[in-house]
Amino acid sequence: MELRSKIPSGPLEQKWERHRSEIKLVNPANKMKYHIIVVGSGLAGGSAAASLAELGYTVSCFCFQDSPRRAHSIAAQGGINAAKNYQNDGDSAFRLFYDTVKGGDFRAREANVYRLAELSARIIDQCAAQGVPFAREYGGLLANRSFGGVQVSRTFYARGQTGQQLLLGAYQALARQIAAGKVHMYPRTEMLDLVVIDGQARGIVVRDLVSGAVSGHAADAVVLATGGYANVYYLSTNAKGCNATAIWRAYRRGAALANPCFTQIHPTCIPVTGPHQAKLTLMSESLRNDGRIWVPKRTGDTRAPGAIPEAERDYYLERLYPSYGNLAPRDIASRRAKDVCDEGRGVGPGGHGVYLDLADAIARLGRQVIGERYGNLFEMYQRITGENPYDGPMRIYPAPHYTMGGLWVDYNLMTTLDGLYAIGEANFSDHGANRLGASALMQGLADGYFILPYTIGDYLAQAKRDTVGPDHPTFRQVQGEVNERVRRLLAGSGRKTADVFHRELGRLMWDQCGMSRNAAGLNDAIAKIAGLREEFARDVYVGGKGEDFNQALEHAGRVADFFEFAELMCRDALHREESCGCHFREESQTPEGEAKRDDARYSYVAAWEFTGVGNAPTLHQEPLAFEAVHLAQRSYT
Amino acid sequence: MHLTLHVWRQQGPGLPGSFVRYAITDVSPDMSFLEMLDVLNQQLLARKDEPIAFDHDCREGICGACGMVINGRPHGPQRATTTCQLHMRSFADGAELWIEPWRARAFPVIKDLVVDRGAFDRIVQAGGFITVRAGSAPEANAVLVPKRDADLAMDTAACIGCGACVAACPNASAMLFVAAKVSHLGLLPQGQPERSTRVVTMVAQMDAEGFGACTNHGECMAACPKEISIDFIAQLNRDYCKANLAPKPPAKEFTGAA
Repeated sequence: MELRSKIPSGPLEQKWERHRSEIKLVNPANKMKYHIIVVGSGLAGGSAAASLAELGYTVSCFCFQDSPRRAHSIAAQGGINAAKNYQNDGDSAFRLFYDTVKGGDFRAREANVYRLAELSARIIDQCAAQGVPFAREYGGLLANRSFGGVQVSRTFYARGQTGQQLLLGAYQALARQIAAGKVHMYPRTEMLDLVVIDGQARGIVVRDLVSGAVSGHAADAVVLATGGYANVYYLSTNAKGCNATAIWRAYRRGAALANPCFTQIHPTCIPVTGPHQAKLTLMSESLRNDGRIWVPKRTGDTRAPGAIPEAERDYYLERLYPSYGNLAPRDIASRRAKDVCDEGRGVGPGGHGVYLDLADAIARLGRQVIGERYGNLFEMYQRITGENPYDGPMRIYPAPHYTMGGLWVDYNLMTTLDGLYAIGEANFSDHGANRLGASALMQGLADGYFILPYTIGDYLAQAKRDTVGPDHPTFRQVQGEVNERVRRLLAGSGRKTADVFHRELGRLMWDQCGMSRNAAGLNDAIAKIAGLREEFARDVYVGGKGEDFNQALEHAGRVADFFEFAELMCRDALHREESCGCHFREESQTPEGEAKRDDARYSYVAAWEFTGVGNAPTLHQEPLAFEAVHLAQRSYT
Repeated sequence: MHLTLHVWRQQGPGLPGSFVRYAITDVSPDMSFLEMLDVLNQQLLARKDEPIAFDHDCREGICGACGMVINGRPHGPQRATTTCQLHMRSFADGAELWIEPWRARAFPVIKDLVVDRGAFDRIVQAGGFITVRAGSAPEANAVLVPKRDADLAMDTAACIGCGACVAACPNASAMLFVAAKVSHLGLLPQGQPERSTRVVTMVAQMDAEGFGACTNHGECMAACPKEISIDFIAQLNRDYCKANLAPKPPAKEFTGAA
């Protein structure tokens, strides 16, 4: 396997423009002859499917939800960044690019990130024209807010539901193409494998989640927009259905997986309440603008928060990071919360929580102002915990939220497999080792509206392909393999459910490949995962039939793939003996306990190649060359 | 907490269904309603019974996947709360709960509590969009939108498409859902060119799907987890009347040779 990033030559600011002018075009009259499969209907998949159809391609779009409108992009709260410089505060594409590269701790590809920053402004134009009800100023112009500790105000938002509104924009564009007959939509249909013929991705095998029927779909190119894998931890802020199956199956068919250990743990989530917990809920990071984070100074202090005098509280972020205080970046805020809880100073059930206290802000600004700013968040907190945040501090704890790793892609967003593309959270390309707030929506839409529709034409116009249909022997073979996997899941001896296994895996990953990692823990996790996986194969109970609406079967298949995925995550984390962004290796820290990067040894993208079941994967390195930015150690003290 | 549940079980579309009684113990008041069903399903699996099928995904009240009728009320007793955000502390210890799927001809049951809401997607496909190709948009600030209009549009764009409005309506009408989309796009300058065609095609599709008519019960607004106001139904009616009573004359079609 060779990693050819295909970064265009020339100055950074001209690469995309030049590339766009040089890549091959498909004759408009021929576009309808090309069939493209898009898996996933979130911001990336929905916008890509709609845009490809607008160009004239024949598109099939698949999602496991009952409607493309329900993809998990819908849950994004905060906003979307764009270098519009509407606030006249000196923003530019270069600044957005720089912030993103630095925020990612210098582990992203410069050329891709610059293109993202460059395209950001057009995304806002597109979405506003679709009718996205962005927040406005009284004069009717678009409003902005600042976000994620950058020094300009460049975030566009629609109340606390920006992801929902952007997704509905893409969904409506997609609906228009479905009505026009250009997109065939397959809801409640899950991709279970990729079909590769003569080294080219030629289609997928799917399971109809209502009837249970397994079928093959052939195409000229396949686009995976299947999101992230944070549910490997079982408890995360992801939707229950989010899974790694599509990218894992692509990996097993020859697509390299890059930086799987880069997973973001978000600091402001509502803590776990008990063993029944099925998912975690994020509360917007904006609360840290006015909230102070603290725990009792003394371990085992079980007094109510109001009974703990000021002198006995430890505002640990303010103490450790006097200049950034409670606004320290996500990775740091999360790690420090874990540290104080590990010391036994955590609050709430099980000691897994820290206080987020807005009492000072309420006293300073009054309940009304705080209510206007955070009323909806307070309501959400009260709905979930039954506690009124006006009466006392809220409790928060970090939770897995976003995964920067994903399928390796070149500048054209093509994976190492010809004809297979990965966009949105499913690829690795833009966020390095840590994603900045309000950047995920930007990336998904840039990929789907403005990058993939061009770059895929370059491949379609050049690559030679035989005509194949779902009756091709390879399709039949892959379909047979999928049926066999389903059969084996249903044949388990039945001692434990997939949910029990998933929780065990999640606990292990959280403890040993979560916010803080070390070699001994990772080696131990790899050994334990292998044991758990064998036990799962032998003992899982699924029940019901394959040819039926069977949610236990859907879940079991995803868990089986998470077991394999988890091992690769741990291997990646083990090999990267540096700390960078969200990847904190305890062996690599400064005397103050901060992350210590090792640019001499690890300034590369780690792309893993599958070499067969039971074999160690092969590591390929894509060196990261930084021409426009100067590598610096992040400091927030 | 101990609860008695009567859950609608139905093997498939068009098959007869019935309520099945389950006793569940050790329910924590901190559980969400769906977590309570998760626990029950794990118990059913442990005795090799078939778990209860129900739709759910984000569990944050925004994707719109979940929804069931609990003691006669879509999404249960709590105001402005989806089933996934409803917590067991809303119920008394020893309570008896009747749990059913959305009931409407246009939402056929797939299995147990899962219904097919494809009709909503088809209504949006009929016209619930603004025609704008990727890449063709003008500079975003070139079109001003008064703050009041943007805020109102956001109020109604908040619809999550869960279908509670239909389930709550004695006529199984989808007027609130359609009104939400028609008003959202109709309130914005970008939505004006297609305003009258949109309302006509969406309403036609709504009727074709077999939803009932609105007779101003207001149950939809009471059940809506996003508290979308029936004022928007009035807006829908105004737009619909205007489009039908004062239609613009059709323009002469010109199809010249290229």
